[in-house]
Amino acid sequence: MAQVKVFSTPTCPYCLRAKDYLKEKGVAFDAVDVSSDRAGLEEMMRVSGQMGVPVILVDNDVIVGFDKERLNAKLGL
Amino acid sequence: MSLLDCVIVGAGPAGITAAVYAARKRMDFLVVTQDIGGQTALSGDVENYTGYQFITGSELVAKFEEHLKQFGVRLKDDTPVAHIAQASDKTFEVRTPKEVFACRTVIVASGRRPRLLNARGEEAFRNKGVTYCATCDGPLFADKDVAVIGGGNSALDAVLQMVKIAAKIYLVDVNPQLGGDAVMREKVLASDKVEVLNGAVTKEIYGRQFVEGIRLEHKGGVRDLAVAGVFVEIGSVPNSNIIDFVKKNEAGEIVVDNLNRASVPGVFAAGDVTDVPEKQIIVAAGEGAKAVLGVFRYLSQMR
Repeated sequence: MAQVKVFSTPTCPYCLRAKDYLKEKGVAFDAVDVSSDRAGLEEMMRVSGQMGVPVILVDNDVIVGFDKERLNAKLGL
Repeated sequence: MSLLDCVIVGAGPAGITAAVYAARKRMDFLVVTQDIGGQTALSGDVENYTGYQFITGSELVAKFEEHLKQFGVRLKDDTPVAHIAQASDKTFEVRTPKEVFACRTVIVASGRRPRLLNARGEEAFRNKGVTYCATCDGPLFADKDVAVIGGGNSALDAVLQMVKIAAKIYLVDVNPQLGGDAVMREKVLASDKVEVLNGAVTKEIYGRQFVEGIRLEHKGGVRDLAVAGVFVEIGSVPNSNIIDFVKKNEAGEIVVDNLNRASVPGVFAAGDVTDVPEKQIIVAAGEGAKAVLGVFRYLSQMR
């Protein structure tokens, strides 16, 4: 199983959609709320080189935004 | 390729309301949209949608979506519409990058997108400190100094959101005086975290990997502000480029009559993409209902 981590804020609609999508597909993930987790925000900025949310980390691959096609490809959905 | 009764382009309040009515009329239709909720999904607090004294934009969109999904509507989401074309037999084609949908009528409810500042560095620092959505990205700038560019209600709203989050907020307005509602202006001016710069033109956004500052022309001189975030809130432009054969006004908005008919029979439009003056969630929803009832009447007359 791939390690999946979702960096998000509580107010971003695409973050909610991304998380709902993963839940619907039965994909377990770690959720990092970058609005309250400063170290999480720094990690997100370091791995993605930008500040837009959501950022989804699938093992070592970085997906910026809720890019369903890339997510499906990485997770074999 | 089957000919649909209608394709609804967009799924903000106008498109979703149109879809709910269309489903109840048992029309053969499809919704094609980039996102669900449009600008409403990005709105902070909504306090003027009848029936909800207080609801957030994303909660209201969740309600809209729940209502829509009751009907098993055919919905193509994450699908931008590239172009709407007129076929020779008075039907239409709605083209996405991968598919073409043929239809008797089309409802353009594609909404609006944020207006760009056109300052140097704006594109390069997008999502690296430059943002067009305070609701989404505001929390990323906790205890940082930020600039909000603009002077109308959306800029004031962004400032009020950031007052709770940021260390200091510069409100950079090109006009000599702030616009927007008096109630909001008073709240902004009452905060000791806010510094208002009127008559200031943002020329450049700069930094290394992320935004570190902006350069302004202000009072005949140049002023630099050290900020980590830049919130561009200078209004919006209609998403009307996808259709080029209907009449538009100077602002690029699709001109509609009071039955939501565009200048070409069979084309209807609703919500913020049109020249209807009030850009409000509840107005857009009502316009969506009017448009699809117009479509229904138009189709009945055709048969």
